[in-house]
Amino acid sequence: MTDLAARLDRLRGDAPARNHDARTIAALTTNPGCGRRGLMDAAGIDKDAVARYLGFPAPFGQSQFAIARGNAFEKQVKDDGFAELFTLLRERLGLPVPQVAIESLDEVGGNHGSELRHAQTRRALARALAGDGSTLFDHPLLRLDIAGQPAYLEPDVLAFRLGDKFYVIEIKSFAIIDGQADPEQVAAAARQSAVYVLALRRLLTQLGHPATAVSHEVILVCPENFSNQPAAAFVDVRKQLSVIERQLSRISRIDDLVAALPEEMTFELGDGLASAIRAVEARYAPDCVSSCELAFFCRDEARACGSTDLLGIAVRDDVGGVETLATALGLADGSLAPSPEQVEIAAKLRLARLLRAQALEGVA
Amino acid sequence: MSTLTALARIEAARTGSAQPLATVRHCHLGEQPLVLIPLKLSGEAAAPLAAMVGTARKDPALLVVAQPRNRDLRFGFAAELAALVLSYVESRQAGTETVPTKDGEGRQRYSDAPQVLVPNPGGITFLRLLGRSTRFRRIDGPYPVEASVPLLGRWLTWLCDRAEQPGSSVLMPMTSMLAGHWATGQSTFEDANLGALLGWLDPPEGMTGPQAALRAEDPLLCPPAGPTTDPGFDNEELAPLLAAYDRAPADQARMAATDRLRRALRRQLEPTWELMWRSIELLRALPEGAHVTGRWEGDRESFTHFAEGVPEGFPQAKRDSAVAAARRLIRLERAQDELDVQRALDDPLVMAEHRLTGEAFAGIVVAAQPDRLDTTGKTPKLRPYLQVRTSDPLRVADGDTVHNAGRKGQKALVVDVNAGTVLLELSSGMGRKRVAEPGSVPEVGDRVCFTTFAADFHRSPVLPPLEQTPWTHGGPPEAYVPGDDEAVAYPPTAADALEVWE
Ligand code: SF4
Repeated sequence: MTDLAARLDRLRGDAPARNHDARTIAALTTNPGCGRRGLMDAAGIDKDAVARYLGFPAPFGQSQFAIARGNAFEKQVKDDGFAELFTLLRERLGLPVPQVAIESLDEVGGNHGSELRHAQTRRALARALAGDGSTLFDHPLLRLDIAGQPAYLEPDVLAFRLGDKFYVIEIKSFAIIDGQADPEQVAAAARQSAVYVLALRRLLTQLGHPATAVSHEVILVCPENFSNQPAAAFVDVRKQLSVIERQLSRISRIDDLVAALPEEMTFELGDGLASAIRAVEARYAPDCVSSCELAFFCRDEARACGSTDLLGIAVRDDVGGVETLATALGLADGSLAPSPEQVEIAAKLRLARLLRAQALEGVA
Repeated sequence: MSTLTALARIEAARTGSAQPLATVRHCHLGEQPLVLIPLKLSGEAAAPLAAMVGTARKDPALLVVAQPRNRDLRFGFAAELAALVLSYVESRQAGTETVPTKDGEGRQRYSDAPQVLVPNPGGITFLRLLGRSTRFRRIDGPYPVEASVPLLGRWLTWLCDRAEQPGSSVLMPMTSMLAGHWATGQSTFEDANLGALLGWLDPPEGMTGPQAALRAEDPLLCPPAGPTTDPGFDNEELAPLLAAYDRAPADQARMAATDRLRRALRRQLEPTWELMWRSIELLRALPEGAHVTGRWEGDRESFTHFAEGVPEGFPQAKRDSAVAAARRLIRLERAQDELDVQRALDDPLVMAEHRLTGEAFAGIVVAAQPDRLDTTGKTPKLRPYLQVRTSDPLRVADGDTVHNAGRKGQKALVVDVNAGTVLLELSSGMGRKRVAEPGSVPEVGDRVCFTTFAADFHRSPVLPPLEQTPWTHGGPPEAYVPGDDEAVAYPPTAADALEVWE
């Protein structure tokens, strides 16, 4: 175990490491500049438990209806030996789909252990790479190491050798209506699939094959219009791939962050937790609320210190990056003398304040 | 956003109460808007779960789908909603006015139009999908539906299409309406929650804006404004209630189960219903902007036109052709420009944004020569001089044309700019004689405001020839069929009727 890994373990204390999944890895890219989150994720800390302990539970819940719908649709696509999926690949995407074997990697002799299942996936892929047949792997288990911690990832389907490419196939239950789907949901699916592509590419490299054999296009299967009929589309995830790779390399370079912390510090649930967390710098942004479990805690902190971060990046940019509400208002009413780099924005704020006052006076 | 809006938000955050962003109301708000709050079943594209609808605060109608996965019940809901929406639309057709036409005959235009208010943009997305999923339904053949259902689909589609036009008031999300008129001390992200937004604007007795907003984020105290329901409600209340309905052995038990479901959904919807009407009150308290009537006239025009075609017409196309899409985009961009200018002219607080950037300046007339004549040409022309002192940042230069914000159609030439004073030569908007009409030339001591943008939008749209449709607008169409305008109409196919909407 490296020094860093040992130190991260100590930060986590006795709590079990929380494994990443594709969703949490993808979420890492939404606020990559935040050291607090980078550190806690690297140490495998259960941020959800932390937030709850601190009295700021995360607002993430999943409706059982959404889950049931997702499962039912996936089952439908895979029923009868993937019949619907084959039709889609052939007819909608024009992929050559020869005789295809289906290999379920769901469990290994009744064993669900992650490492075992991953080893099984590895062997199965190696076999497929050596042969020349085509195989669809159902629920394989890939692995990606995040700062020394393994994260196990479970794509819906991996398609080996359609044409001469390998594809990640994701089955989602949001609808494609008249050729268009909700852009936010497509983006989320693309981010998640990009994590699978990355993990698969790394595995292929380990097995001595070129990473590029895995297509940067993933196949998204969704219900079409208002029916249960599946439709399929290619989604290019190159952009998401590079963002995620960059973020992952940054996570493993958190040595500096760790070095700056007091030796005895820990994020274990307990009295010192809040102050330990505050000791690591955060970069709160309003959309943390949709991507990070600690959002309400960090928002509260940003409020307490009157940070302009609260109002979002657009507002902060409009006031020339001024950090606190008090400074912005002080510069606007002239009670605060601007520093040399604030001269320009101070003049603008003073004028803005004057113009607002004039316009409102006319009405009052 | 602008520095001005940013400052208003910062002030709001600092003081704990919302700050005005407008001094007048920039949208039409009729006597009888139809408030509509839709809820859908999580995980489905457009499976309705419930809706609260009505034109009177005291008398909301509650529509519920007892089992959203049941096709017949869903179309039953669509028929109930259709009855309400269609009778509302009809009630807007009670009065007409005569619009003069070239041939002197005149034509009729409805003096009112529907105005549907939903809590947030998600509400519009849902109505669009509901419109899409109902307008192609067939009233005969397999899976027939009531005749009102496809008609509802077409009206919803019209409303949603029209809602994309900047400045239109036929279908609006309340969060956007409020956020356009007031700045809160939270981010736009949080403003998307109607309860939190209104918490800042109108906190309950004894609470500050941020306290009220925080309270509104608790789904137990303030259920989400839809269309997606709170996952906690789904798992703990809705799921058992739907299961009980499914298990109910006989009609009587089923009715009891439906009753319980209705009560639960009413509890989810009622708080938002109150928020909607409270929001309407707040907006009503603002005086209407001067150009609002003109924009509403555009809405009435569109309403009249669509209503005329609806009885015989086919449902709107699933997707615009490339050409129609390009034209539509140009029309929307123009409407946006027009709206921006009109808002500035109607509202000093909006104009302040343009003054801050130098696109407009306001000041006091310090000297004037109202009867100055330009005698350099064949006939002398009336060209009064005005000297305006201003403290606004000036971005105009000699030779620029500016427009008097206080007098439509009055233009002036910038003759000289010098340390906070601008010398202007007025060239129009003073009548046709050699002496200015009384009151048409600003006097010494008057407050004036001039803009670099014009108020009139009489110029005809600049449309590129179709074959030069830029790629940003979809590129040139492959085959253009003359008369193939806007939505391509075509009859529903058998496949449309078979879409099982599940
Ligand atoms: S919520 Fe806090 S810890 Fe999480 S990303 Fe935002 S600032 Fe960082």
